[in-house]
Amino acid sequence: MIISVASGKGGTGKTTVAVNLALALKDARFFDCDVEEPNAHIFLKPRLNRQEKVFIPVPEIDTAKCSFCGKCGEVCAYHALAVIKGEGGHQGEVLVFPHLCHGCGACSMLCPQGAIREVNKEIGTVESGSAGEISFVSGRLNVGEAVSPPVIRRVKEYLEPSKTAVIDAPPGTSCPVICAVKGSDFCILVTEPTPFGLHDLSLAVEVLRKMEIPFGVVINRSDIGDGKVEDYCAKENIPVLMRIPFSREIAEAYARGISLISAFPDFKGKFIEMRARIGTLLESGKAGR
Amino acid sequence: MKICITSEGDTLDSRVDPRFGRCRNFIFFDTESGEFQARENSSAGFQGGAGIQSGQLVVSQGVKAVLTGNVGPNAYQVLSAAGINVFTGVSGTVREAVQGLREGKYKAASDPSVGSKFGMPGK
Repeated sequence: MIISVASGKGGTGKTTVAVNLALALKDARFFDCDVEEPNAHIFLKPRLNRQEKVFIPVPEIDTAKCSFCGKCGEVCAYHALAVIKGEGGHQGEVLVFPHLCHGCGACSMLCPQGAIREVNKEIGTVESGSAGEISFVSGRLNVGEAVSPPVIRRVKEYLEPSKTAVIDAPPGTSCPVICAVKGSDFCILVTEPTPFGLHDLSLAVEVLRKMEIPFGVVINRSDIGDGKVEDYCAKENIPVLMRIPFSREIAEAYARGISLISAFPDFKGKFIEMRARIGTLLESGKAGR
Repeated sequence: MKICITSEGDTLDSRVDPRFGRCRNFIFFDTESGEFQARENSSAGFQGGAGIQSGQLVVSQGVKAVLTGNVGPNAYQVLSAAGINVFTGVSGTVREAVQGLREGKYKAASDPSVGSKFGMPGK
């Protein structure tokens, strides 16, 4: 079973929920796919024993073979290539913008002259190890890189179907989130009872509906704000899986890098219950969808 | 000589769009005949690569000069590789911009005038 934890809005407590779910389940596998700001290791304190670099293939042009036909620029969906035809007294030139390249390979595959070679460009790192019984994998995008999905995909190559996998997804609703939650059996959306939390939650719900991934909601800092998130979930038939109250003690533990269930052992049962409820919701078809 | 002015609208009385890559329209103006053609910028909403794509479009039209408010690093690289002079800091109407160029009011830029993503909404 793959359970991803996403949110739409940043800072709602995705990592808190993901980490504590993994800790409560004990032999879960944890995947930090928030590769622009991976931080689950702060709570889980894993021992890392493997590190690998993530590369994407970017084009390198052999100008001796290039006819400046412009095909590569046309097929590049991300506008990472610009072809200047040699005319009017200036030389032909192909400009490559590697930071826009997604490494799809279309340019080199479709170049009629065979003038494009792919060279590896490092964009990030994947580290793996274990935290007690939890196996841990985390991706990190290099500073200055704009394209995170290849790093997220590399993290997800470590998924094994046999155990419960918990994926900590990035915030937002664009490509990195899609890439992180894709293939999940269930997605937990963490939100807070504020207009901002509700707004971004509804965007994330739209994404999951489109992707046909069943989901439920965890309301963090549940005793602040207003009741509109609860109203929204009731109206949309979205189960609320857990409510985590706003408390100074929880915030203090968080600030010290101590997980919720280490600081408040009562929460362990709540997370185990939530995992069981996810199973029941899926079986009965009553998960949000 | 064919020149390109970034424009908010599609007439010579439209205002110069201060962004190159994400301008609303390109106005291609022939300085000999005074004829012009407006073209909507289909790259304006791109998440990335708007300047590159806009630059390619302008290059393909065989213009010799671009008049705009600001140009980012990628677009500048494309335009200068094609030997196009880029005049930044241009404002007012398109008509005034053309007049200004005729009077030698503008100096060709030797660098991009703004950083990446300058023309993105909200920036």
